[in-house]
Amino acid sequence: MRFIFKTNYAQDINIARHSGDRFWYSLLIILMLAMPLLIDDFYLGEISYVCILAIAGIGLMILSGYTGLASLGHAAFLGIGAYTHAFLLTNGIPFFASIPIVVIVSFMVGALIGIPILRLTGMYLAIATLALCFIAEHVFIKWEHFTGGNRGMPVPQPEIMGMSFYDSATFYYVCLAFLILSMFAAINILRSPTGRAFVAIRDSEIAAQSLGVNLGLYKALSFAISGAFTGLAGALLAHYIGYLAPDIFNIFLSLTLLLLIVVGGMGSLHGTVFGAIFVGYLPQLIAICRDYLPSSIGSQPGLEPMLFGLILVLFILYEPLGIYGRWVKVKLFFQLFPTYKKQTFKKQKVFTKSDRV
Amino acid sequence: MSLFEVKNITVSFGGVKALNNVSFTVDKGEIFTIIGPNGAGKSTLFNVISRIYEPSNGEIFFDGENISKIKPHNISSLGIARTFQNLELFENATVLQNMLLGRHIYKKTNILSEILFTNKTRQQEREHRLKIEEVIDFLDLQHYRDTLINGLPYGVRKNVELARALCTAPKLLLLDEPSSGLTNEETNDLGFWIKDIQSLLGITIIMIEHDMSFVNKVSDRILALNYGEILASGLPSEIKENADVKQAYMGE
Repeated sequence: MRFIFKTNYAQDINIARHSGDRFWYSLLIILMLAMPLLIDDFYLGEISYVCILAIAGIGLMILSGYTGLASLGHAAFLGIGAYTHAFLLTNGIPFFASIPIVVIVSFMVGALIGIPILRLTGMYLAIATLALCFIAEHVFIKWEHFTGGNRGMPVPQPEIMGMSFYDSATFYYVCLAFLILSMFAAINILRSPTGRAFVAIRDSEIAAQSLGVNLGLYKALSFAISGAFTGLAGALLAHYIGYLAPDIFNIFLSLTLLLLIVVGGMGSLHGTVFGAIFVGYLPQLIAICRDYLPSSIGSQPGLEPMLFGLILVLFILYEPLGIYGRWVKVKLFFQLFPTYKKQTFKKQKVFTKSDRV
Repeated sequence: MSLFEVKNITVSFGGVKALNNVSFTVDKGEIFTIIGPNGAGKSTLFNVISRIYEPSNGEIFFDGENISKIKPHNISSLGIARTFQNLELFENATVLQNMLLGRHIYKKTNILSEILFTNKTRQQEREHRLKIEEVIDFLDLQHYRDTLINGLPYGVRKNVELARALCTAPKLLLLDEPSSGLTNEETNDLGFWIKDIQSLLGITIIMIEHDMSFVNKVSDRILALNYGEILASGLPSEIKENADVKQAYMGE
């Protein structure tokens, strides 16, 4: 077990807690950079998709995992990001100019939508964001000048320094770079006053307010930041799909994102990556399993959504902290071996919360 | 000169008058205790002061300024901090993070400099930490800096909540039943701390409390409430002998 002797406040501010962190994360980044040499194009495309999902997951994690606000409408932000990006590229804006515009547009849309609907809480907020998802889908269908309506819209694949996005290695590096940047941005937000204010709102609104956190402002800010990350993911997703149609950004995509953060582990950025890997590969896993199941079950059309739902329920019941929570437990088991106690993570029942104002 | 003044505050919930025409003043540097049986309106009074409840009538003055129309999140930057009867800590955060939130009102960075984590942001974090360490030393919380609130015993949690309130560097501290749920020893410590907060930090304290021996030991003045009305106010010795107070607590 590692005991950290703290001699400097910077040790509590820095991202890497100790040299072990730096070593393992550098190793991970080197491995990710070497990935195109190790695996073939199909799996590279899959990893790019996982990166995109992880960026969207960071967005939803900030909103739901850290600020404690549910959203069933994040497919709308993916759609806004994707369509804005495709529209800008079609009109000759270069890739690296388009991305910041997409981020700003999604941020603004998030703030504009967030201000009215964040007066709602809990279940009502979930319903309002669900409505957002349907409204966005209809806008994508009806606003033909901008989105091409039901006919869809091709996404131009730009070239960066002479390398085309059709080359899966190039696209992979772009996705990986944006994932790393998003991760750093999210970590920085969460270790500064704004991120702490989000956590405060999640754990106790009344205490947050009495410590000077403007609830309306910070909830809207959380929604906007969340929208910005998800919009960025949408822009990359547009390249991954290649041809946009309104029905891609439906409620099922929102639920996939929700599954991602719950399975990954609420309230942890590690969880977004674990969740993205899980959600990204789950359809493949289900497709493979179909072959081995009896045809009466294996060829059912609704198998995928049902399994998604089932997995969501099972995780909430048996591992509320998700894959990341399990990872922490396993790590602690080996650190404390052989003295690990199962009760370490048992949630204490607290009876003092009954009398909220 | 009085630092804090409540003038004719009335709060009604439907037909029930939780507070009826309550007025009092608190002087600078005083420890002012509010006592009363359950349902007397003590916590309601605190919630009116921190602007969570809207009074149907009356005004509140702090430092000569009328604060009865100020938004709840602006109260703490005026210099009023509070604790809660049933602990409102941020449970899934560490003690340090909880206390850092006490410094929220001193935040000078905007979201952009935070995303980039500029030198200014880093500098600000260090300055906050320096202030927090003073409070940690003051309240003996050195052992718990990186512990999640979830894993702390009740007495320490109460202490952390007091620490968080002190981190805002208030002029007026509202303590809602600070000794409830504490052991005798912890209550003793708390008594010393409250005296120290008054004398060393120069903070005025308004406190709701039930433990009468504790109240008599630390208070400068006491206000007794019952059914939303003032029964009596005065020095601890006067309150102890007051016939109305005796009747409210012990019956005929």
